[in-house]
Amino acid sequence: MNVEEVVADTFRQEWSRIVATLIRVTGDWDLAEECAQDAFAQALARWPGDGVPRRPGAWILTAARNRAIDRLRRRNVETAKLREIAVIGEPDRVADPSGIGDDRLRLLYTCCHPALALEARVALTLRTLAGLTTAEIARACLVSEATMAKRLVRAKARIRNAGIPYRVPSADLLPARTSGVLAVLYLLFNEGYAATAGADLVRPDLSAEAIRLARLLAQLMPGEPEALGLLALMLLHDARRDARVDGDGRLVTLEDQDRTRWRRDEIDDGVAVLESALDRGDVGPYQLQALIAACHATAETAADTDWAGITRLYERLMAVLPSPVVALNHAVAVAMSDGPAAGLALVERLEVDGRLAGYHLLPAARADLLRRLGRHDEAAAAYRSAIELADTVPVREHLAGRLVALQAPLQRRFSPP
Amino acid sequence: MKFMLFVCVDAAVVERLPDEPDRDEPMPWADELDAAGIRLDGDQLRPPRDATTVRVRGGEVLLGDGPFAETKEVIIGYDVIECADLDEAVAIAAKHPVAHNGLIEIRPFYG
Repeated sequence: MNVEEVVADTFRQEWSRIVATLIRVTGDWDLAEECAQDAFAQALARWPGDGVPRRPGAWILTAARNRAIDRLRRRNVETAKLREIAVIGEPDRVADPSGIGDDRLRLLYTCCHPALALEARVALTLRTLAGLTTAEIARACLVSEATMAKRLVRAKARIRNAGIPYRVPSADLLPARTSGVLAVLYLLFNEGYAATAGADLVRPDLSAEAIRLARLLAQLMPGEPEALGLLALMLLHDARRDARVDGDGRLVTLEDQDRTRWRRDEIDDGVAVLESALDRGDVGPYQLQALIAACHATAETAADTDWAGITRLYERLMAVLPSPVVALNHAVAVAMSDGPAAGLALVERLEVDGRLAGYHLLPAARADLLRRLGRHDEAAAAYRSAIELADTVPVREHLAGRLVALQAPLQRRFSPP
Repeated sequence: MKFMLFVCVDAAVVERLPDEPDRDEPMPWADELDAAGIRLDGDQLRPPRDATTVRVRGGEVLLGDGPFAETKEVIIGYDVIECADLDEAVAIAAKHPVAHNGLIEIRPFYG
């Protein structure tokens, strides 16, 4: 590793820990970020000449701490506070088996506090825990840098002014708040994995950050099987990312994906993480979704997929997570195990329900089932509504391709020889 | 921290409220918080139709009848509480009987 790689590696390892600790001790989010940033800038300036220190993380922490003391001294902060900062990182970090005492967990729960708007939670998590710059977050969230900068400033002001505490919530609040944290991380992952807008289908940086944060959360909360479930789910999806898009950036459906391009090591990792979660016997929605993803990831070929098993898992998922999107996936699984007519009946029930109005996958699923039933005119109409509703270019192109394929045999039939 | 809890209900509900509130109706929520020293003050307010707005423009005092803004929710009461942070304030507000059909707006005082 050259010096820059060591700095980058140290950044990934230490950024969130340093920021989280400085926020706890100083209560000042901007100061914490700026001091951490300065420390890494110092490392980049000095390590090439002085050599990389024996413990790069400890060096950075000390540099950030000293910077914080300097700046607070200039603001005439009382000595007691300075003394508290001076001991940061001094004793070797004591391992905390519960994880609850870890500053990064405090930071994560604060960033994902339900009193913050969802977009503010996402921005704060990416800034303070993942260490992305404002420009990078702006790009990931498809807004201008100025808009993102304003969003971050407002979010930090709201934490300070609204009285949002910097701590892991008490036991009675913990389950609800933990599912809120998991939801933010899953949202981050999905934005990276299946970008909801824009020209790129996959934004891998965002998924990689989400996986890193989920791994951290699972490590810090070893007693929470859903954290492991979420990590497993992300890994099992991410393992397929190279096969989801072809050389021209076109979407490839699960059925048509080249399974040799799936990342075997990530699948194995995901399955192992999932097994350790299931050992705890408290199977929540993320573990169920991971189980479904594992059924797909471990099928040799598309034809080997255990659709009956997947249908049963979706039934269990609907019981704990009664969402119309889950019901749509269940309908698709039923179509695969019991035939397209059975699936179509369920899709039509969802159309009457109305909650998925405007969601392109509903007409897309209907179109696929009608096509398989040979009802081509109705299928074409459904593909057209799906294309109208789809947000990303690759998804639109994929659906348009299906539509063309559907009409091609007809055109051939009627065109002169 | 000191928080103001605005007790709000739907404007349509206020129209149906009796002219005089029942002051003898037991309010265990307030009694418990008073006993714990958390609730510093609190009371019920007359509806927005009895409100008067005051503004001074060009040195002239202008009065208006009715609320300053027509909103779907109206404030029918308030409570001032002192507690550690927003999580505690939320827990207290969530136990207020009106939270189940109306809503409670939590506003911190300037520190």
